[in-house]
Amino acid sequence: MIDIKKKPGAELIVRMEKVNKFFGSLHVLQDIDLSVTHGEVVVIIGASGSGKSTLIRCINGLEEFQHGHIEVDGNQLLPNGKSSKSLQTIRTEVGMVFQQFNLFPHLSVRDNVTLAPIKVRGTSESDAIENADRLLEQVNIADQADKLPGQLSGGQQQRVALARALAMEPRLMLFDEPTSALDPEMIGEVLDAMRELAKAGMTMMIVTHEMGFAREVADRVIYIHKGQIVEQGKPEEVFDNPQNERTQSFLGRVLKH
Amino acid sequence: MDVTFQFDWHAAISSIPYLLTGIPYTLLISFGGLAIGFLIGILFGLLRISPVAWLRIPAIAYIEIFRGTPVLVQVLFIFYGLPQIIGGPVNALVAGIAAIAVNSGAYISEIVRGGVQSIERGQREASLSLGLSRTQSFRYVIWPQAFRRMIPSLGNQGIISIKDTSLFSVIGVGELVRQGQIYIATTFSALEVYLMVALMYLAITLSLSLALRLLERKGLVGQ
Repeated sequence: MIDIKKKPGAELIVRMEKVNKFFGSLHVLQDIDLSVTHGEVVVIIGASGSGKSTLIRCINGLEEFQHGHIEVDGNQLLPNGKSSKSLQTIRTEVGMVFQQFNLFPHLSVRDNVTLAPIKVRGTSESDAIENADRLLEQVNIADQADKLPGQLSGGQQQRVALARALAMEPRLMLFDEPTSALDPEMIGEVLDAMRELAKAGMTMMIVTHEMGFAREVADRVIYIHKGQIVEQGKPEEVFDNPQNERTQSFLGRVLKH
Repeated sequence: MDVTFQFDWHAAISSIPYLLTGIPYTLLISFGGLAIGFLIGILFGLLRISPVAWLRIPAIAYIEIFRGTPVLVQVLFIFYGLPQIIGGPVNALVAGIAAIAVNSGAYISEIVRGGVQSIERGQREASLSLGLSRTQSFRYVIWPQAFRRMIPSLGNQGIISIKDTSLFSVIGVGELVRQGQIYIATTFSALEVYLMVALMYLAITLSLSLALRLLERKGLVGQ
C-alpha cells in the first residue's frame, strides 16, 4: 500500500495556457491549453514525436517554451526559462519518473532515495533513512536497499525511481514513458506501483503507450497529434468512441495488438 | 673495432645514494605541480563547458596555449624570462612546480571536460527534477561519477608529468637527472648511472600506476 501526505493547496495544480514550443523551425507544442485538478490522473497518449514527453517536461522546467505560460501549484513558469519563483522551488513539489530510470549509479538504492530530502529539504539523516525504508517497502523493494542500482533489474530500478521521487512528498507526479524501457515481464510490477499511487490520491500526469493501463487508471485521457491536443475526455469516451478522425486512426493502429 | 665494454656494477650501485638525493625534488616538482594542475584543471575544465562565452573563451585560450607549447619552453620562460618582467629571480624549484602546474593543468582541463560531458544528460535531469540546485547536482551526482571515469586519464597525465620533470635539469634543480649528470661528471660511468636513473623513474611511475589501479578498483565496485 502506498500512502501519501496530502498537502492543502489550490484546486488547480497545473494550468497551461497557449503554450508554444519550437525546436528550430519545428513547432513541437502548439497552443497547448491544459488544466489538471488536484488528485486527477491524466494520461497523455500519442505517436512518437507528437510532443507528449516535451509537454510534461515543460511542467518542471526541463524544457523551455517560447510563448504562453504555465502555472504549477501557484507558481508561474514563463517563456524562455523564466519563472516567478526559482525553478528549484517549483521542482521540489513536482516529482518525475523517467523512461531510462536515471538512478544515480554511484549511490546505493537507499542513498538514491535520501539524497534530495537531506540536501534540499534539510531532513535529518535518520528521518530520511526511515522514510526511504518505508517507501522502499511500499514499492516492494526494501530488501535491495543496500545494493547499487546496477545490480537491480529494470523493473526494480524503476520502482526505486518512483520511491526516490515520492521521498520529496511532491504534489504532482510526472511519468515520462515509465515502462517503455522495460522488458515485458517487468512492466506489470511498475504499473502496479503506479496504480497504488493513483489509488492513494496522487495527482499524476502520465505519458505512456500502455493503453490498457490508461483505460483503467486515467480520469482523463488526452490524445496529442503533432503538438496539438486533438481530443480529450474520460477513457471510455476516448477509447470507445473517439470523435476525431486522427484519434480513431491512432487507436486503430495501437489497439489492434 | 673491439668492444671491450664491461658493465660496472660497482659504479651503478655506488651512484644510488647520490641519486636518491634527487628523488625528493623530482617528487616535489611532480606532485606539487600536479596538485596545483588538478585544481587548475577542475576550474578551467568547467569554465571550458560554460555556456557563457566570456568564461569559456579564456579557458579555451589557456588550454590551447599551454597544451600547444613544450613544457621545456614553459619552464625556460618562467625561470629566465619571467624575472625580466617581475624584476627579481625566480627560484628554480618554484619554476619547475609552476611549469608542471600550468602544463598539466591544460591537459587535466580537457580530462575534466571529457569526464563531465560523458555523464548522461538524464543524471542531471533526474537530480534537478528532485529539486537539487545546479551546484548540488554537480557536487553530489555529476562529479562523483565523472571523477571515476577520469581516473585512468589522470593517471596517464601524472606519469607524463613525472617524466617531464627530467627536463628541468636545465634550470639546475637538483632532481634525478641533474644529480645523475653531476655524478657522471666525476665518474664517467654514464651507462650505469643513467640506467639507475631510468630505474628510479620506473619505480616512481609504477608505484603511481599501482596506486591508481587500486583506487579504480575500489571506486568501481558494482558498476
